[in-house]
This record gives sequence, C-alpha cells and structure tokens, in this order.
Amino acid sequence: MHLATYVGLAHRSERTLAESLRVVGEGHARHPDVLFTCRTLAGFSDDHVRQLEPVARRYGEQHGGDVEEPDRLHAAGLAEVRSGPVGLLRDLQDLHVLGTLVLTTWTVINQAAQGLRDHELLSIARSASGQTSRQLSWLNTRMKAAAPQALIVAP
Amino acid sequence: MSRGPPAPARASAARPTSMTNRPPRTRIRLGTEPRSSRARRARLDLRTALVGSTVGHMDRIADVWGPRTPHGKGTVWPARVDEYLADGLSEDEVDRWVPSACVLCSNGCGCDIAVKDGRMVGVRGRATDVVNHGRLGPKGLYGSTPWASSPDRLTRPLVREAGQLVETDWDTAMGRVVEVSRRLLAEKGPLTHGFYSTGQLFAEEYYVLGVIGKAGLGTPHMDGNTRLCTATSAAAFKESFGADGQPGSYTDVEHCDALFLYGHNMAETQTVLWMRVLDRTRSPDPPVVVCVDPRRTPVAVEAERTGGVHLAPRVGTNLALMNGLTRELFANGWVDERWVRDHTLGVEELRGIVEPYTPEVVARTCGVDADDLRRAARIFGESRDVLSTVLQGFYQSHQATASAVAVHNLHLLRGLIGRPGSGVLQMNGQPTAQNNRECGADGDLPGFRNWENPRHVGELAELWNVDPLTIPHWAPPTHAMQIFGYAEEGSIGLLWVVGTNPAVSMPESARIRRILGGDQCFVVVQDLFLTETARLADVVLPAAGWGEKTGTFTNTNRVVHLSEKAVEPPGEARSDLEIFLMYADAMDFRDRDGAPLVPWREPEEVFDAWREASRGRPVDYTGLTYARLRGPTGIPWPVTEHAPDGTDRLYHDGVFPTRTDECETYGHDLLTGAVVTEQEHRAMRPDGRAFLKGAHHTPPHEEPGPEYPMLYTTGRTVYQFHTRTKTGRSPSLRAAAPDAWVELSEVDAARLGVSEGDVVRVESPRGAIEVRARVGRVRPGTVFAPFHYGSWDLDDADPEHQHRQANELTMTVWDPVSKQPYFKTAACRVVRVRGGDGPAPAPTTAASAPVGGGVPGTSGGAPTTTRLTDTPGYPDDPAVDAAGGTGGR
Ligand code: SF4
Repeated sequence: MHLATYVGLAHRSERTLAESLRVVGEGHARHPDVLFTCRTLAGFSDDHVRQLEPVARRYGEQHGGDVEEPDRLHAAGLAEVRSGPVGLLRDLQDLHVLGTLVLTTWTVINQAAQGLRDHELLSIARSASGQTSRQLSWLNTRMKAAAPQALIVAP
Repeated sequence: MSRGPPAPARASAARPTSMTNRPPRTRIRLGTEPRSSRARRARLDLRTALVGSTVGHMDRIADVWGPRTPHGKGTVWPARVDEYLADGLSEDEVDRWVPSACVLCSNGCGCDIAVKDGRMVGVRGRATDVVNHGRLGPKGLYGSTPWASSPDRLTRPLVREAGQLVETDWDTAMGRVVEVSRRLLAEKGPLTHGFYSTGQLFAEEYYVLGVIGKAGLGTPHMDGNTRLCTATSAAAFKESFGADGQPGSYTDVEHCDALFLYGHNMAETQTVLWMRVLDRTRSPDPPVVVCVDPRRTPVAVEAERTGGVHLAPRVGTNLALMNGLTRELFANGWVDERWVRDHTLGVEELRGIVEPYTPEVVARTCGVDADDLRRAARIFGESRDVLSTVLQGFYQSHQATASAVAVHNLHLLRGLIGRPGSGVLQMNGQPTAQNNRECGADGDLPGFRNWENPRHVGELAELWNVDPLTIPHWAPPTHAMQIFGYAEEGSIGLLWVVGTNPAVSMPESARIRRILGGDQCFVVVQDLFLTETARLADVVLPAAGWGEKTGTFTNTNRVVHLSEKAVEPPGEARSDLEIFLMYADAMDFRDRDGAPLVPWREPEEVFDAWREASRGRPVDYTGLTYARLRGPTGIPWPVTEHAPDGTDRLYHDGVFPTRTDECETYGHDLLTGAVVTEQEHRAMRPDGRAFLKGAHHTPPHEEPGPEYPMLYTTGRTVYQFHTRTKTGRSPSLRAAAPDAWVELSEVDAARLGVSEGDVVRVESPRGAIEVRARVGRVRPGTVFAPFHYGSWDLDDADPEHQHRQANELTMTVWDPVSKQPYFKTAACRVVRVRGGDGPAPAPTTAASAPVGGGVPGTSGGAPTTTRLTDTPGYPDDPAVDAAGGTGGR
C-alpha cells in the first residue's frame, strides 16, 4: 500500500515546516509579530507530527520516497533567512510553498483515509488540514501587508 | 467621602422638565415586578430635601467621587452639578458660559466652559446631559482649563536649524513640510508618508485628515494613538458583530442586576461613570459587582461590598479565565439555546474550545480560586440582566482581542444584549478616539467601511470623486507599530505626529526616541506644547486646543457633543483643522475633475460632509446638525430619519451588521490574526447573526524567569491623563500625583527589604526606571507602574537617561488582531537602591492606596462646588423617574 509513502511525506514535510517557521521567526525577530506567530504556527506542525506517530506505526512509513516514486521535488526547508523587507517577503513566500505541500499531502491522505474507513487517520487529516490552512492564511495575510512597502519604497 | 445611606426621603417630586417635544412612546417593561412596587421603591430613594442645596465647597482631590445620590433600580440617575472656578471667582463674575464636553477621558461629560476676560477659567457640568447628569470628576474640574493659559504654550512654529529648534513663521514651517512631501511623492510615491494622530482631535479634523491621507496622498500609513488605547474595543466589535459600534448604553447601569468590570478600573479611568455605578451600589437594592483585575482597586472593594467576586488573575492569563467562565455557562445550562440558534454562529466550535478550561485548570493557570470562578460564573449565569464593561486590563494585555471577544460571547450565549440592563461597554481610553475610528484618520475607512469590499471603496471614491485605486485598500491598513517600523528603516520618509506624545507613551521608549530623532525620517509634530516628542521633531506646528476651536466629538457611549470655541488660541497657534487645510491648499490636492479635493473652510461644512459619508452605515449621523447639537444634551448615534433623537442602545432586535455586503471586516483568526476571506465569510452566511469566536490561551510572550522573576504591568492614576500634557499643568492635579512610583505587594516588599517610599530600581531586558516604591495592593509577584511620567517637567531632563518613564521597560509586541501593543505583560526584577525621605508620591485615594498606615491622605484640591438640582427628563432614558412616571420625557 502506497499510503505509507504519504504518511512519510506528511511526517517529513510537517517537520520541515516547523523547523523553517522557527528559522524565519528567529531570523526576522525585529518584527515581533513574525517571531511570535511563527513560533505559534510551528507548534501546530509539531502537534501534527505527534499525532501522526501511532498512524505511522500502523501503516509503516516510507522515507525519502519508495523505489518507484522517488522524491523529485526536494523541500529541504529554510536553514537561514534573507535580510531586509524583500527578504522577509521571500522567506514568507517560501514558507507558503512548504505549507502548500503539507496541505496537499493531507488532502491526499484524507481521501485515502475515507477509502480505508480509518476514523483515526481521517480525524487527524481533517484537523491537520484545518490547521495548515490557518498557517497558510496567516502567511498570505502577512505577505499582503508587507508587499507594497517592500516592493515600492523599501531602501 | 460622603458615602452614607440616602437622606431621609419624602415622596414628592417636581415633574421632570421636558427637554424635547416628542410624541408619547411605549414604556419599556422592566422585569416582572409589578409597576406599583417599583414606583414605591423608587420614591423611597428621593432626596428631595436636598434638591437645590449646595452640598458645599468640596476638595475633589480628597473626595474623588463627591457625595452619593443613591437611587433604586430602574429609576433615573439624579442630577448633581459640579463646578470649578479658578482664582476664587464666583458664577456672577463669569462673562460667558460656552457649551462643550470634557476631553480628559472617554466619558465625554457635558459641561459649560466659564470664560472671563477672554480666558477659560473653569467648568460646570450640564445637568441636562445624558452622559453625566451634571457631574464632573477631578480631572475634568481641575484639568480642563489651566493648561490653556500656561506660559509654555507653543505660540509660533519651530523649525530645526543646525540641530536646534528655532521660531519661525507659518509660511516657512509649512513650506518645509510641503517641500519634503512633494519631493518624496515625486521620488517614491505616497507610501513614503505616515501619519500618527491621536484621540484628542474633533471629528471634523479627523475627517479632513482622512481625506488628505486616503484620497489626496493615497497612503495606507495612517493610525492614531487610539491603537494604544481603543483598538481592541473596535476590533472585538468587528469580530463579534461585524462592525464597530458600542452596543450598550450608560443607562444600562440603572437596570442591571450584575455588573462585570473586566480589566477596567472605572473608579479612576472614568470617575463620573463610577459615580453612576456607586449611586446604584450604595442604594438599598444594589447590583452585584464582579471585578477582574490584578490590583485591589476601588472596583474590587465594591465587588466585595456587594457580595460579588474579585478575581485577580495572573498577568497574561485573561483568556484562560474567560474560557473558564464560558465553560461554566455551558456546563451549567446557562445558555439560551434558542436565542443562540437564531442569532449567532459558531456555538459548537466555541463549546469545543472552552471544554478543557475546567475551574481547576483555570485556577492553576490564572492563580485564582476555583470556587471564586464558579461563583462569578453563577452570578453571570443567573442574574436577569448583566452589564459588562472592559478596558485596558484586557486591551493592553496578552491575547487582547480574544479576551474582549470572550466578553461578547458570554452575553451572546445568554442573549443578554440590546435591552436595558443587558449590554456590553467596550470602553475607550481617549475622549475622541471614537471619531478617529469613525472618520478614517486611523486604519479604518470612514463610516466603518470595509477596505476589502470594492463596493464600500467605490462609495468613497464617488463621494470624493477620485479613482478608487487612489484609496489605499490594496493592503491592510498599516498599524502604528508598523508605521514606526517603516520610519525606522526610512521607507516612511515623512512622519507627521498630531496631538500625541509617542516618545513617552509607546513601548520601548529608547527605540522610539531613536526613530524620531534620527535622520532617516523627517518628523513633523503638531501639538499644544513642546512635548518630549516635539523636542525631537524637524518642524513643530503650534496647535489650538479644546475651547479654542469648534468641532464635534463622540464619547465611548456613541454620544455626540458639539464643543464650541470659547476663546482665541495664543499667539499664532491654529486649530488642527486649519493646519490640515493649509497643507491641503499648499499641496493643491484635486479630484478627478480638477476641483479642490478639500473644499471646506469651516468646521460646520466639514461636519456636513462627514455626515454624508456616514449615510446608510451603522454609524449614521444623517439626522445630526450643529443646530441639533446646540440642544441641552449630547445625542447618541445612529441619528436618522427613523431615530431622530438618536439611539440609546444598539441591537435591540438581535440583528447585527454581519451581512457580507454590509460588515466592516470579514474577520480574523483570533490566535494568529490571519484574515478570513470574503468567500469564506459568504460561505458562512452570517446574515445578521453575531459570531461566537474563541481561541485557546497561550503563554505570554515574556514570562518571569530566574533573571527577571516578577511581572511588570503599567497603568494610570485618577489624577493624571496620558503624558500629563494637560493634567500636569493643573496645580491641584499635579500636587495630587506629582511624580512616578511603582507598587509592590506587601510580601514582595518584605522579601526585597523595601519599605514605603524607598527608592527601587526596576529593570526589564529593555530598560530600567528608578522611582519610589509604594507598598500597595498589587497581586504578589507583580509590579505596577503608572505610565504618565516623562521628562517635560524635569529640570535635568536628559531624554537618554530617563529614570521614571514606565515604557522604558515594556516590549514591542502587539495583539495579532487589534495590533494594540501589550503594555501589561513583561518580566522585570526589582532591587532596593536606597531609603526614601517619606512616602511614595502615589495617591492614597484609590487603587494606589498603601497597605500600611502612616501615609497622609491625598488632598489639597482647590475648592469646587457641588449642588443637587431637580432631575430633568433625559431623552430616550428607559428609566422611570423618581415619582414612578416614565423617564425620558
Ligand atoms: S469622567 Fe472623564 S469626561 Fe467626565 S469629567 Fe472626568 S475626565 Fe472629564
């Protein structure tokens, strides 16, 4: 069963997202809202990783893609931040890309869980999708706020 | 203080005099009690014997709230007229009385300004005004007029030459502003301009500023210091009800069975409203008071006196406490399921969110007693009518918007909104903060329009005849803290500060001084005095103040007053309106057809234009004119064809402005501030239902640790307002609270070896202050500091070496939704520096009272008079008059 591939992908990409959120938050700490919100949002992803553990035990977990479907897109996450207003914008955008990967992963898992009538997995996938959407909404909101100043007038 | 029982009563009363000629209207039924017994009880409270007598010359520093006029539930609050005249003047020596309302807090008490020889010499409360029924508090009495004739008023414009501010004429000063403004516009466009205004101007001035910024320049960088005081109130309304607008009314005080005050030390912040409360709590049938505050304030004392509860949660845990109260409503079946189904959205999500907050969990998180929490919830759950009020203890604390919204949730779950006695008062801090929110000089669009709704933006574009794209709606409005962030990096190159003193009032003062004083941004300051902020400016413009110009303003209770010009401003000072018009003329802003964008000259013309802008919106002024406002009382909006006398309270029908096409916002995620999109909003079909929104409690951003083991919180005192620009120039107020202090609890003081009056150093990771300590009534583990004290009145003022400014210690961090800075959550440590030479300069009369004896009581205010007069009828007052007839006639 290929579900294990996706359970693995969810696990990895949530962990990457959490780490990247922390990196961006700390790196742009002079924007306190970015610092504190990124921390909160990283906590969401930590929770998902924790919730996935019993599921991963049941289905097994495929790391790094299986033989037939190797990972082609490497979402390695952000190890360091850019500087300045445009840098912040780009970093938020990268987080958004990562978040989208997480969200679509949950969408796929959600479909499989329904097919399997796996209530536990279904409820995890549902709540995780909801939380990931909140992460994406915030990133979107913050980018919209930062964009005009960063693109038009920033030094 | 005269707090005795009501004087012996005799049943009889002059019929209330009619204030307006209105057709008879249906009486609102008050409870189930038979009318006759209500009337009888009402009669018992009469103090007819005292009516007309001068209670006497009073020191209103010593007696903050004046004599009581207790009265029964559901009866009209009796009138009492307070007056102060300077220099021992008597009433018949006064040349003129000019109608206005007080601007020293958000209460907006109606008053007349006494004028003698072209000078403002005192004030008298207006007995006929719905807000105060004639009363004034110490700030209003002593602080309203002396500043105006203070010798250090700014009387000429100043410009910076070779590092020094030097006097100049208006053409030169405004010329410099315009030159920079034009250059920046040409180089990089309107996003280079930022405006940081105030809660002290008049509606007309905000509206003009809004038009200049939003249609002339087209910058989203406009905010007010209202961000520091009332942003959460507005944000909470928008989240719950779809738009800004105070639901309740002060008349609810007369009808409630329980009164909840959340982080609201009303006794000191709105003294006259507190008199209104005391006149009920000191009557034979008082409401039960519940107080949520980490200090033992006069409100907390009153809670204990009335058999209520004082909950003193640990700083930073308000939301956990609110979630606990909400859970109790669900757990005990105190929810009006049917009303909730018909009038709200989101009850199941809310139930889920609050489920983990059992009384025991809350007790551990907040440091309150679980049974106290249960008792408070029971009072809320079982009282017939509940009034809740909220202020800075919630707004400037961790998770501000979510906590304020939680107050709405409690009311919505029981359907306690929109009827006399049941309502919410999310208070404002400043007198005209409401107008900044309404008229669009802050982040909001005029008339509570939604910047994400193209139709709303289109209405304004049509009204102003400009391209809709000029009006900045392509990004969320920039909040104050972000404006200063842009000024710091230099992408805002012109920052115009109007009537506010961020060098003292904003968090992390050292940073703010750097931003204002640096070369990266040209700073214009428009004010009455050379404030700490003005000293750092490149151009300083001298402004006329209250009583020196005409305009309208709206108090926290939606009551609009006209404040007439009483005297000429000093020297070359000009009204803020004239200054804005001068700038608009010089910049030559034009509409789409080449006509002047800002064509108005007189305040009344601007008012009429603003009235048009409000048409059809929740904040509808269309029934108001200057002529109407020259009547005996202020009038609460909306005032329309259908409600010509105004509207005492909103939402009597349980229908809220949440329709997607009508609302002021589509809402936010309360935890993160992420916006809800239009599609998401539409999909929920709110259609007039209110939102029940919740969030989980999260730990505050800075918690005490080994290095900084205590919690630091800031606040105010009854005798001062903001950075004391006005109150610090009143001899009576100044003497009552002359210098800064901090408050420590008895246990902490003992542990630190600190006695009353010792000098202590309080440090946070950002800065330190050295002031005298009051061993007082704060929660153990907490340090309280008043934020009023900057350096303008210190001889050795070196702004880089502040020793008493509370905001040296606070953090730059804000609420995710309202963007209000958190002034009340930081960690600190305290060390004793040396012994003192007497008690701390903290007042003894209210929350700052010492625990120990031996501290002389605060007193020594100049004499004022207080008179009990016949109580007139008040339009739209749902109370019965003292004789058992209807009020409001
Ligand atoms: S309560 Fe406020 S508005 Fe009324 S007199 Fe006092 S300071 Fe002025």
